[in-house]
Amino acid sequence: MIPQKPKISRLGERAVLLQWDFTITPENLNWLLSVKDFLLQNAIQSKVEVINTYNSFLITYLSSIDSVYDALKRLQSVDFANIPTTDLQRKTYHLPVCYDAEFGLDLEELSFANKLKIPEIIELHTRPIYTVYFMGFLPGFLYLGGMDERLRISRKKTPRQSVVKGAVGIAENQTGIYPNSSPAGWQIIGNCPVELFNPQREIPCPFQAGDRIQFFAVSKAEHQELQEQIKAGTFQLKMQKR
Amino acid sequence: MSEVEVLKPGLYTSIQDLGRMQSAVYGVPRSGVMDSLAARKANLLLNNSPDAAVLEITMTGPQLRFQAEAQIAVCGATFELKLNDRPLEGSKVYSCVTGDVLTFGGLKQGFRAYLAINGGFRSPEILHSRSQYAGITPKSRVEKGDHLPFVAATTEKNSGARVQFPETGIYKNNIEAFPGPEWELLEASVREQLTNGSFTLLPTSNRMAIGFKEAVGNELKGITTGPVIPGTVQLTPGGNLIALMRDCQVTGGYPRVLQLSELGICTLAQKRPGEGIQFSLALE
Repeated sequence: MIPQKPKISRLGERAVLLQWDFTITPENLNWLLSVKDFLLQNAIQSKVEVINTYNSFLITYLSSIDSVYDALKRLQSVDFANIPTTDLQRKTYHLPVCYDAEFGLDLEELSFANKLKIPEIIELHTRPIYTVYFMGFLPGFLYLGGMDERLRISRKKTPRQSVVKGAVGIAENQTGIYPNSSPAGWQIIGNCPVELFNPQREIPCPFQAGDRIQFFAVSKAEHQELQEQIKAGTFQLKMQKR
Repeated sequence: MSEVEVLKPGLYTSIQDLGRMQSAVYGVPRSGVMDSLAARKANLLLNNSPDAAVLEITMTGPQLRFQAEAQIAVCGATFELKLNDRPLEGSKVYSCVTGDVLTFGGLKQGFRAYLAINGGFRSPEILHSRSQYAGITPKSRVEKGDHLPFVAATTEKNSGARVQFPETGIYKNNIEAFPGPEWELLEASVREQLTNGSFTLLPTSNRMAIGFKEAVGNELKGITTGPVIPGTVQLTPGGNLIALMRDCQVTGGYPRVLQLSELGICTLAQKRPGEGIQFSLALE
């Protein structure tokens, strides 16, 4: 843990960027999110939108009457070193993934490149508890940390024109799920039938930064059954409070 | 609800308001009008709220038929405009009656025009905005045969209203910018190029990003993925500049060398592919 003063700068006329220079760990993320809660409760009175990434925040002031210069000054006077890590009350979700060859388009390639049998890949991918750092790239796309280094593989040399909704991929040391059909450069190893993003809902994505995710393997038949439950609205996401 | 029928959609016409300001945390792009000055002006002429939804019209305009009485104003780029056979001017309020056809002809100046209608277009709000974006709204733009809802006008109180705005050369060729978060890491020679060089818009430019032809040197590595917003100018590993526009992603991994001002974004939105610009840097 490195509680330290961030670099604070303006980004355009309506936003302030706070950047730290610490390593990416779940503990540092918890501190970052604690700082976010602290600032929202103690240092920011205006209507704002705050997004975090691995080691920065962007605070966007939504009302045109707010002076970003004043906000900048106020943030510069915050004693960041004394902001404690608080209990964020986040959850751990269990997400089904079908690693059948129908969905795992690049399982063979990964198996060959990393000298792992396919059941070993599934074991290595379902064992860790991943941390949700933030969402970006696509609506509902989770930046997950914690993948086993033995699964590391570079992106496809030629990206695919399109992968299906729910495609589970690996690129370098990251794993993620495509929330919708999309062009994709990641190596695809399975499919998660859970709906990750629905713009028609007030809260379009069930997860937030700081949550944990663990995958569990399901068969093709189970995957299909889950899809039907999701369609019918009877599916319950498996979740526990930490 | 009354409707405007889309007879021809034009090259890229979409419904836009001031965008989604509360959904970046879910990875949702902001979207919204590329040139907010022009859209605000069109709404102001009609006494609309600044965030009333307008039609953003790009390069080749649409043909529209009004199915009820409406008041309209067109601001931003200048097109040859006709209501039935009668020529119209930009930045002026006109009344339309049922059956009137509005035709956008040749583009004369600028790149994007904004058609405002009394009360704004009333397509469904999704995540607090009507701005069209693939994957968020059912359609990413207006298509032939679409019926765009609005509330029919009941009075003509604004007809002939005009508003004076600075509109010379549709904001001219200098793009106002601030140093970006990674500006200080650039070598002096690259900073010099960014400050004094001319840059030509690439034809691949769109609502997500505007790229430039001329490469500058780049000794910088990628950054840890961090926040980006419309107006963030990134430097790619190949040394090319990319100005992110309204439909950009919420995070990025290229160094953020400049940040355009709101006026800078609006000015860039009015430039055509092949046109040249210079950055006008406001050093703090």
